[in-house]
Amino acid sequence: MQPSRRNKRDSKVRDGLGADGPSSAADDALLERIQRGAFEYFERNTNPRNGLVADTTREGAPSSIAVVGFALSAYPVGVERGWMTRADAVARTLVTLRFLISSDQSGRAGATGFNGFYFHFLDMQLGTRVWRSELSLIDSALLIAGVLTAAAYFSAKTPDETELRGLADALYQRVEWRWAEHAGAAVVHGWKPECGFLNYGWEGYSEAILLYVLGLGSPTHPLTENSFHAWTMTYQWENLYGFDFLYAGPLFIHQFSHAWIDFRGVQDEFMREKNCDYFENSRRATYVQREYARRNPHSFVGYGADCWGLSAGDGPSAPAQLIAGRRQGFYGYSARGAPYGPDDGTISASAMLASLVFAPEIVLPTLHSLVNEASANADERILASGFNQTVTDAEAGGWMSQGAFGLDQGMLVLMIENYRSGLLWRLGRDNPYIRSGMRRAGFAGGWI
Amino acid sequence: MDRYEQALRDHVRPRDWRNPKPREPYHLLVVGAGPAGLVAARAAAALGARVALIERDLLGGDCLNHGCVPSKALIRSARLYADMRNALNFGVREPANIEVDFAMAMQRMRRVRARISRVDSAAQLADAGIDVFFGVARFTGRTAVDVDGTELRFKKAMIATGSRPLLPAIAGLAEAGFLTNETVFDLTVLPKSLLVIGGGPLGCELAQAFARFGSRVAIAHAEPLFLPKEERDAAQMVSAALSRDGVEVHLNARVVCVRVEDGKRCVETVNDGNVTTIKVDQILTGIGRAPMIEGLGLEAAGVACDELAGIHVDDFLRTSNPRIYAAGDVCLEHKFTHSADAAARIVVRNALFLGRQRVSDLVIPWCTYTDPEIAHVGMYVRQARERGIPVKTFTVPMHDVDRAIADGEEEGFVKIHVREGTDKILGATIVARHAGDMINAITLALVAGIGLSTFARTIHTYPTQAEAIKQAADAYTRTRLTPWIARLLRFWVRK
Repeated sequence: MQPSRRNKRDSKVRDGLGADGPSSAADDALLERIQRGAFEYFERNTNPRNGLVADTTREGAPSSIAVVGFALSAYPVGVERGWMTRADAVARTLVTLRFLISSDQSGRAGATGFNGFYFHFLDMQLGTRVWRSELSLIDSALLIAGVLTAAAYFSAKTPDETELRGLADALYQRVEWRWAEHAGAAVVHGWKPECGFLNYGWEGYSEAILLYVLGLGSPTHPLTENSFHAWTMTYQWENLYGFDFLYAGPLFIHQFSHAWIDFRGVQDEFMREKNCDYFENSRRATYVQREYARRNPHSFVGYGADCWGLSAGDGPSAPAQLIAGRRQGFYGYSARGAPYGPDDGTISASAMLASLVFAPEIVLPTLHSLVNEASANADERILASGFNQTVTDAEAGGWMSQGAFGLDQGMLVLMIENYRSGLLWRLGRDNPYIRSGMRRAGFAGGWI
Repeated sequence: MDRYEQALRDHVRPRDWRNPKPREPYHLLVVGAGPAGLVAARAAAALGARVALIERDLLGGDCLNHGCVPSKALIRSARLYADMRNALNFGVREPANIEVDFAMAMQRMRRVRARISRVDSAAQLADAGIDVFFGVARFTGRTAVDVDGTELRFKKAMIATGSRPLLPAIAGLAEAGFLTNETVFDLTVLPKSLLVIGGGPLGCELAQAFARFGSRVAIAHAEPLFLPKEERDAAQMVSAALSRDGVEVHLNARVVCVRVEDGKRCVETVNDGNVTTIKVDQILTGIGRAPMIEGLGLEAAGVACDELAGIHVDDFLRTSNPRIYAAGDVCLEHKFTHSADAAARIVVRNALFLGRQRVSDLVIPWCTYTDPEIAHVGMYVRQARERGIPVKTFTVPMHDVDRAIADGEEEGFVKIHVREGTDKILGATIVARHAGDMINAITLALVAGIGLSTFARTIHTYPTQAEAIKQAADAYTRTRLTPWIARLLRFWVRK
């Protein structure tokens, strides 16, 4: 049942860089519509005075630094697609980078960051820490990925773009990655002014591969090479539902790093041992998700070969209800995963679609099915953080997350673009820091 | 004290017991009559040795009196209440009024404990030719022990004094009062609310059991996941299971102080700088166990030890005094009844019959008896990878097992780790309602050197939950079907 390996046609690329292009004009139009809809999030939910982007469209939502990283990566897509002028994109990016470079890095409770990292959530107006949030390593990495993407794209020798690149370089180089190797070789999750380093480490495969690559590529405060080795020691290579893959439950784990890094044909030590690569691994993980939905062990409404996708996102917070004789709770915002859950019948269509680059042959039919089934509000359902057809206290058709979440929109913009043109991958491949980080992590082959 | 408690006492510490006159020198003198001490004494006596067995408190040790036996009996009662509330899952109408009778459950626990205590009663041991001494043992030299004023001389001795609950250093805890595994089974009334400190096996098991009895239970664990030794998925399943049973889970939460207000114990925890106060009627601590080495006169015996590791032993379980051995919790990292049993058998062979059996050769499985149970044997993936062994894990979710579906017990998985490219089993983790039973097949395979492919050739009774192991083996077999072999087979079939 192993999905067939990518064949020559599969790896045919647009401009030598993208994944499979859309198979038809109709698909391309559909993807353009969804991608454009997602891109609008960044146009509408950004503070023009500091470039910070709201975490969600919900009232009072703070900024998430990860979403800012996605916004910085989305602006080049907007320029390429004609949704935004280059000047506007440069201006937005400059506002953001200028705010970041001058932000309070003292690490105090009301600061913006510390040691070049940033607190997870910031006040939209003031840019200061809110919710006693942690100085987040992974969210800082997602931000820095956006910063470097902007620097790679805006390569003109104009004063603005020159300044932009200078700021981006300074922001990257001031990050003290090595400091985060506090409790051993592997990087910690975060830090708080109230208690210091958090008691969490990156155990098991996760989206942190981007964090390690960026940290290892730093010319100023690099992670030790042993950090990546220590982390990959916690990997588990599993045979599940007939698929051999590096296991992680939620889809986003198999996607986030791939928004910026083209993992096709490049292997680190672990993947060499398994004769695989991270792209192929995400492809298999996508198939596992579909297989799980086919089995539908909890008998949730709608699950099947054309309705799948468990990931981190919003979900109903309804009281428990009986489903197939079982008392089923609902988890609100949660990192859902297959096959061990948590799972409460909530599907993330955006996460499913973000796997487009990996397995278009199963993602596009699922997208078509979703569009046909929910024609009236198809786009809304795709852009929403989640929908749940099982929970019964909602109106007919089930529950759907209200508003939009920035991370989902960012992933849609970037991953659809990688499918359509490979733009973000090309920018990543051209980035010397990412190349250096990949090499130091032990990656070889392909474009390395 | 009810009749079951009295029966237990009659077996494990008879009131009218008179210590025998010493028959010196003993071939084997055993200090501590827990699982290790009982096994060693019985085995040595059966082989004709003169054996003395000294116990300061109760025969059967922690396992019988304060550990495995009472906890499993209580867990069984609690599980039934959970099943009753979940009756619809089994196609059964939920009972109209599920009224928990905690006293009845405790009485059953005492009955079970009394019954199991029969087999190793003082009288039975004496009948087996063992000299049973009740009293405090203290070594007075390299070959002698004092038991409350009586000197016993030995040729070989084994220390098996076990362990006691490790008590957390928390301000105000002692003043507020708390339960441990040594006192929790004496409860007569179900606490309305309970905080369990420590998310190891004991803490998780009893948190779930008391929640199922109807206590409002919270559990505070200083690490990000319960059962720190276990695989992440397994630990997360425990967390989810506890939450489902209504336990308030406080992970990564350090308990910093306790105070009493209006008769309630107010417990402050700190999680990433955030302070939370939990108000409860009772506190149960279960943060680990410390070896019992106090008052044994180990210095006089020339036996090296420390407070953390307990008695120092070599791979043959011999202490720094070559005449004295140790077994069980007092010296082993794996503090289980079954590992104490196995170690005691090694000591009898090595001490009395010039054996050279190594404790490092033991394959020790273990199980945490939550619902679902978490069982493990052999290496974890990380351990294998750290040794440079390429690992592949064959995973079968229980929702793919027909019997588990029929039983309404689909939560969990079987994960069997093999050396990549071979069927050599390195270890396994099973999460299932009966994982403790299921893991035994894998343990046998590890001991006997049986590969995973043999499970594929072995007919398993259908339908059973243990079939999950065969399904993992079948998955392994399918991976042997390389594209080249598949082409060859297709060619053969079509010719």
